[in-house]
Amino acid sequence: MTTEQSRTRSAGRPRGGQSRDGAAEAASSRGPRRPPRARVLRSTQWAAWGFLAPVVVYLGLFYAYPLYRNVDLSIRSYTVTSFVSGNAPFTGFANYRSIFASSTFAPALLNTAIFVFVSIGFQFAIGLALAVFFHRNFRLSGLLRALFLVPWLLPLLVSASTWSWMLNSDSGIVNAFLQALGLSQINWLTSPTWSLTAVLIANIWIGIPFNLVIMYSGLQSIPGDVFEAAAIDGASGWQRFWRITFPLLRPVSAITLLLGFVYTLKVFDIIWIMTKGGPATSSTTLAIWSYQLSFGSLLPDFSSAAAVGNVLIIIAVIFALVYVRARHRLEAT
Amino acid sequence: MTVHASRKARAVCAALLTFGTVAAAAVGCSSSGSSAAASSSASGGGTYTFWDPYPQYNNTSDWAKLIESCGTKAGVTVKRTGFDTTALTTQALLAAQQGKAPDILLVDNPVVSTLAKAGALTTTATNGLATGSVAQNILGAGVIDGSTYGVPIGANTLALYYNPKILAQAHVDPASITDWASLTAALAKVKAIGKTGITFSGINTEEGSFQFLPWFWGAGANLTNLDSSQAVAALTLWTTWLKDGYAPNSVIQDTQTTAWQEFQTGNVAFAENGTWQKAGAAAMGAKVIEIPAENGGAAPVPTGGEFFTIPVQKDTSRYATSVKIVSCLSATSNIVKTDNTLNYIAPTKAGQQAQLSGDSSLSDWVSAVGVAKARTGDNLGTKYPVISQQMWTAVQKAESGAATPAAALAAAQSAATAALNK
Repeated sequence: MTTEQSRTRSAGRPRGGQSRDGAAEAASSRGPRRPPRARVLRSTQWAAWGFLAPVVVYLGLFYAYPLYRNVDLSIRSYTVTSFVSGNAPFTGFANYRSIFASSTFAPALLNTAIFVFVSIGFQFAIGLALAVFFHRNFRLSGLLRALFLVPWLLPLLVSASTWSWMLNSDSGIVNAFLQALGLSQINWLTSPTWSLTAVLIANIWIGIPFNLVIMYSGLQSIPGDVFEAAAIDGASGWQRFWRITFPLLRPVSAITLLLGFVYTLKVFDIIWIMTKGGPATSSTTLAIWSYQLSFGSLLPDFSSAAAVGNVLIIIAVIFALVYVRARHRLEAT
Repeated sequence: MTVHASRKARAVCAALLTFGTVAAAAVGCSSSGSSAAASSSASGGGTYTFWDPYPQYNNTSDWAKLIESCGTKAGVTVKRTGFDTTALTTQALLAAQQGKAPDILLVDNPVVSTLAKAGALTTTATNGLATGSVAQNILGAGVIDGSTYGVPIGANTLALYYNPKILAQAHVDPASITDWASLTAALAKVKAIGKTGITFSGINTEEGSFQFLPWFWGAGANLTNLDSSQAVAALTLWTTWLKDGYAPNSVIQDTQTTAWQEFQTGNVAFAENGTWQKAGAAAMGAKVIEIPAENGGAAPVPTGGEFFTIPVQKDTSRYATSVKIVSCLSATSNIVKTDNTLNYIAPTKAGQQAQLSGDSSLSDWVSAVGVAKARTGDNLGTKYPVISQQMWTAVQKAESGAATPAAALAAAQSAATAALNK
């Protein structure tokens, strides 16, 4: 027996065992051998795998498999007949070629880019401005901050329907207001020039609370003495914002922007309720197009819809990788 | 055993148990699924399943009671489930995929061709359902490549409701509206007295196509040729109405329900809407005329309404009982009662006569249904949804001014051709 084994044995011995029952201890040292180290290790590994298994199964069932199915769906010709017979012929990249060649692809991609970047830009800027404003803690600031959270608390169906009513061409309150100011009526939801702007306005309004909450908590974590020191050194309000607040908020900003990006990229409900992607394709984003292809007509085209969905996933992954790289660089510095 | 070892063993057991539960749940799901399928397809079972798109009717409704009594007559119990109409197509496809299709499926008529193409439905030649007395134009939606896949429960269609008070103020005689020119002239007179001319649903969904079809067909256009000069004429009519302010801009987004709500405000002279608004129209004193064709006469209108279908079962001996239940439900006395409740027109001459003898105001609707056409007819079948999607896109483009009617329809035709040849 090696010293190693005896050490293992003594480590496994219950504390105070000898004092309680010396005979039992003697019997145990003579009795069946303790498991060798390799076996102990193996059981430790099993335990580790046992703990991992539920997560792995969960990830496999609910993430990897649907993703695999989506990719598989996009490289087959999956018609309603395949739905029942299960027979969907392999077509390679034909679905991707057809969506890239479709006259809807270019406007959908452009609309998606405009919708995402303009939404995030405004949501972030307004959210940050409000966070800085509320950071000063004045009377009733808590109440006001709570009011700003209302858009977040409302179901999207309610918000989008309300915006849809307010922006109605003939009887909406927004146009009534414009006309009272002597301006002409704008066909917010029914004009190809304005429909994307209309859904953008609604989406920005809905997204501000999310940015406000995260940036506000980010601001809380900046120690107050940094600001005090800067104030003593004679830094102006702008200087304090650009040289202290903004740089120290960078990690929080990065994650807010990434989450905002992913959330906005997949926005469907607001646009669908307000314009259904129309008129024509003027407010059709990739998410809307994917839905239209699979569920928008009486004859579902699941394969093309899956291809559009995969394009969306790839875009999201690219930006997530950019974020990870930027973060690494930030940590390195 | 040591404390450490026993703790590890417990942990492993717990983890494996968790894993086992997940796996067992997964297996349990699939095994319970297959046993349900087995029981539903077991022959001679006393329970037959029936799916319909009328979730508004609960088990105490006349509709549910009628189904129950037809089941009893056929010697079985019928288990009815009402789905939302859009959910029903997906439900039917999923059920067919898993071999758990209902015995009888009542489904919206344009969906029949989709389900038939999927191989989910039996033909009347296979299941033995009689179609003899059903009007051919209404039956058309259930005929694909020469085979019939069901019988209609009834039909609804579109017509032109008008507000007599507004027409009187504008000095328009509804009888003078016989073609597009006289209708447009009437709209101009209505606008002159400060009222809105007409509302319809020009939305970018199937509803938009459904509403556009009377004008499209009324110009003599054909769905296989979306960019014909007749089609351009029809779309130009709609866009001119919008441009000239005869129709409100909101029609681009209006569903048939919201368009109807605008008409109900009492400020709109005409509304293109369906049979189902009959009761609401009577309440507000609105009357109805047939939609005029471009050069006079009634325009062909699309048929709406559901079809009784018998989905494919593993146990084909079940079809005979399903046919008995459907035949009972579509027997003249029963179908007239049902169609009156649903605001539908009966699909048979006998049924229509019975409805007319009870309510003579239905005569306009009976004649409208008489000239109605199935959207999936002309042997279009599953080509229709592809064409329809391009058609409503073109309508949207032209209405919103994104393209001229001719350019929008030309783009629609090439997109439809590309999609059909894919």
